[in-house]
Amino acid sequence: MPTYTLNINDEKQTITTDADTPLLWVLRDDLDLVGTKFGCGIAQCGACTVHLNGSAVRSCSLPISAVGESKVTTIEGLSEDASHPVQKAWLEHDVAQCGYCQAGQIMSASALLAKNPNPSEDEIVESMNGNICRCGTYGRIKTAIQSLAGGEAK
Amino acid sequence: MTTTIKTAVGRRQFLKAGAAAGGGLMINFAWSADMTDKTEFKQRNKPDEQALKLNAYLLIAPSGDITAMVPNPEFGQNVMTSMPMVLAEEMDADWQRVIAKQANYDARAYDRQFTGGSQSIHQAWNSLRVAGASARQMLVAAAAQQWQVPASEISTEQSVLRHHSSGKQSSYGAMASAAAKLSTPEEVSLKDKADFKLIGNSKKNTVGEDIVTGKPLFGLDYKTEGTLVAMIVHPPAFGQELASANLAAIKKMDGIVDAFSFETVKPDYQNNYFDSNAFPKLVAIVGLKTWQVLKAKRALTAEWSLRPAINETIRLFGTETPRFYPQGLESSTSHTQQMQAVLNGGDMEVLRADGDINAAFDTADTVLERTYTAPYLAHNTMEPMNFYASVKGTSVHVAGPLQAPVFIQGTLAARLNIPQDNIEIEFTRMGGGFGRRAYSHYLVEAAAISQAVKAPVKLMYTREDDMTGGIYRPTYSVKIKGALKNNKLVAYRVSGTGIPEHCIAADRFPAGAVDNYLAEAKAIDSNITTGAFRAPRSNFMASAEQSFLDEIAELAGADAIDFRLELLKRAKDNPVGEKNDYDPERYAGVLKLARESSGWDKLPKSVNKGVAAYFCHNSYAAQVIIVDDNLAVDKVFSAMDCGIVVNRDAAINMVEGAVIDGVGNALFGEMTFTDGVPDKSNFDRYRMIRMKEAPKEIHVSFVENLVDPTGLGEPPFPPVFPALANALYKATGTRLYEQPYAKQLKPSN
Repeated sequence: MPTYTLNINDEKQTITTDADTPLLWVLRDDLDLVGTKFGCGIAQCGACTVHLNGSAVRSCSLPISAVGESKVTTIEGLSEDASHPVQKAWLEHDVAQCGYCQAGQIMSASALLAKNPNPSEDEIVESMNGNICRCGTYGRIKTAIQSLAGGEAK
Repeated sequence: MTTTIKTAVGRRQFLKAGAAAGGGLMINFAWSADMTDKTEFKQRNKPDEQALKLNAYLLIAPSGDITAMVPNPEFGQNVMTSMPMVLAEEMDADWQRVIAKQANYDARAYDRQFTGGSQSIHQAWNSLRVAGASARQMLVAAAAQQWQVPASEISTEQSVLRHHSSGKQSSYGAMASAAAKLSTPEEVSLKDKADFKLIGNSKKNTVGEDIVTGKPLFGLDYKTEGTLVAMIVHPPAFGQELASANLAAIKKMDGIVDAFSFETVKPDYQNNYFDSNAFPKLVAIVGLKTWQVLKAKRALTAEWSLRPAINETIRLFGTETPRFYPQGLESSTSHTQQMQAVLNGGDMEVLRADGDINAAFDTADTVLERTYTAPYLAHNTMEPMNFYASVKGTSVHVAGPLQAPVFIQGTLAARLNIPQDNIEIEFTRMGGGFGRRAYSHYLVEAAAISQAVKAPVKLMYTREDDMTGGIYRPTYSVKIKGALKNNKLVAYRVSGTGIPEHCIAADRFPAGAVDNYLAEAKAIDSNITTGAFRAPRSNFMASAEQSFLDEIAELAGADAIDFRLELLKRAKDNPVGEKNDYDPERYAGVLKLARESSGWDKLPKSVNKGVAAYFCHNSYAAQVIIVDDNLAVDKVFSAMDCGIVVNRDAAINMVEGAVIDGVGNALFGEMTFTDGVPDKSNFDRYRMIRMKEAPKEIHVSFVENLVDPTGLGEPPFPPVFPALANALYKATGTRLYEQPYAKQLKPSN
């Protein structure tokens, strides 16, 4: 089995695993970073969303061999103490119900806001449409993002 | 004014209370006599080793930290916040010092550790209040002893005890050790509900920070040293069973520890209602890493044979009921034909008959007959089914997401041949439930695999295993025939069928409001397993009944809300029959509130508005939905009567979620079968509502009263379907009779 040196949450990690192992299972099985969730395994639900060089990607469908030296950020890397603005907005709007999809939602939202600090409602919907929330917290997710985009006061 | 209530009761009778789950309150309260019980959660953060037990629900540390044990499993209904709020309210605790902890399963310590039926708060209400009041009373008694003053002169507020005339005061923490030595009071005084300070406010989710930082809360996150990964392979079609598989080849694959077939239930065990029996024999693949096991699972090739029919007698709350799984590979096309045949056949069981239905139809001015159908639905919880199990000799520890431990414990004990007392069940947070996790066969499977490989395992279903494994919302069809005379509803006949259960609750509205009423039903057997899905039966019946009333109100030339209110007035003033299961006044109350909050009467004619109301699971709900000309849901106005609202913002969140879930399932929800094989196995084909289709605005209002609280998980959900159908009719001019509605709107969708 090949060995990979990865940059996960600003730490170097050396992993020996099959080349086709999805990043999701390296995170969960090898690194105990279980905040990134398994939902569908086919990049349809967004529960496994992480940042790859700042862009939101579905880790369930990203083979470890394709990660290379890219900087991977997981929900644990966003902040461990809920101090990241997106995490704070999620708490302020008490978004979660079951909470299972929310790490993925937060990773999609934080990638969006890093690239586009003031997204329109349409841009938010477009960016977040790949993340399923079975409990139906879409309204609060949108409001939380809008609060960071300065849209809430409107 | 306070209420005095006796705390000491005899042995609890869970099953009796469970059987009456729709109705009576459970007011008994179990004190945990055994101080060494297993209620202390193995906390991953915020350990509080100094905490002293006041009762099974409340512990207090000298630091002043108060631990509130949450007996019911959490699946997003937010009992981790609302239950501690009730405890803290009666205890007069400082909310800032309350730490919520999920209890483990412990039938000796807690009542009804069951998440389902929208009953968590409703049925725990008195137990929680008594536990909180009792803890407060123990702290007061300790202070009274120490200060040598009468207990009645001591007041409490925000975790502080005060004796006004002497000026003495103490924090709860300082009195903790003394209080914990006292015995449980025999009687406690409960607060006047009008004096609640915490209840009725909005408190943030006590687990919120752990959720947004990705802490290991869920079943799939649970593991111990040396835990192996386990997966199952079930037959591709309902009605099949395993004949053979290339297990020897699988066992040789990288990282695979074992591969074998196993029985999921003990052959001579009498199943209960919650024991699934779709696939009594499965393949298990056990390995070191998830990806290795997933690859082995893909490499498995198996032969499947037709499973014989199964005729069994199952247990349900002390009664016995026959259950029949026919042989064969079923398809949705034949299901539809079977249901039509039943509805047209006339050979149905009459569940209720008032007046003379045939004479009323014969003499009516107008008769309307409509048939409504809805498909099977998959629950599709975001966290697939999974469980951790460690069977070591005769000692069993299982941990994971489940709604109803009481229903699985006996099944597990029988399957493992290990006494029930040796089984420890730990609850993790559930990544959604919606009824699916009341059927926790996956727990038994995990434990059986652990027992076979003699190691702790974590069983994980893939999304495909989860979506194709059964326990669907049944498919239903109902025919409703109504008659108008002088624009009044004078006859209503409802005939219902479904696979494998029918959908009729005969004493529901409009029973009681119509002189001539008949309800009849007949179910059709199937080997496709089904189970409770958010508001069972109601989630379909609301759509049929409230779509029909909308259409017949239009024929009568009446406003949709006025027409319903007139029927409810009749049910209140001069009800037909005696067994009507709803309170017409509270029912009317939510309709009036929705009318007001939506501005129904003042909306321009061009606005595509639809209304529906429903009563189920002890709470009343009305929904007004407005769709735009592109058929997108623009605004929703929800009006709820669930009695006292414990945690307001969280309650609003739950109603918003039910609205979005309702819109999603009404538009897109559908599982079909071809020769026993589910036609959809993942989210690429099973369409889920996404942010794009979610309503742009949802406004939630509550009827304000001091009725003891009832639930919110299910009641807002059913009326969303018909309110949407009625609004879409306004927009398109076409009535919708078949779900999912999006198929009717845009055939290409």
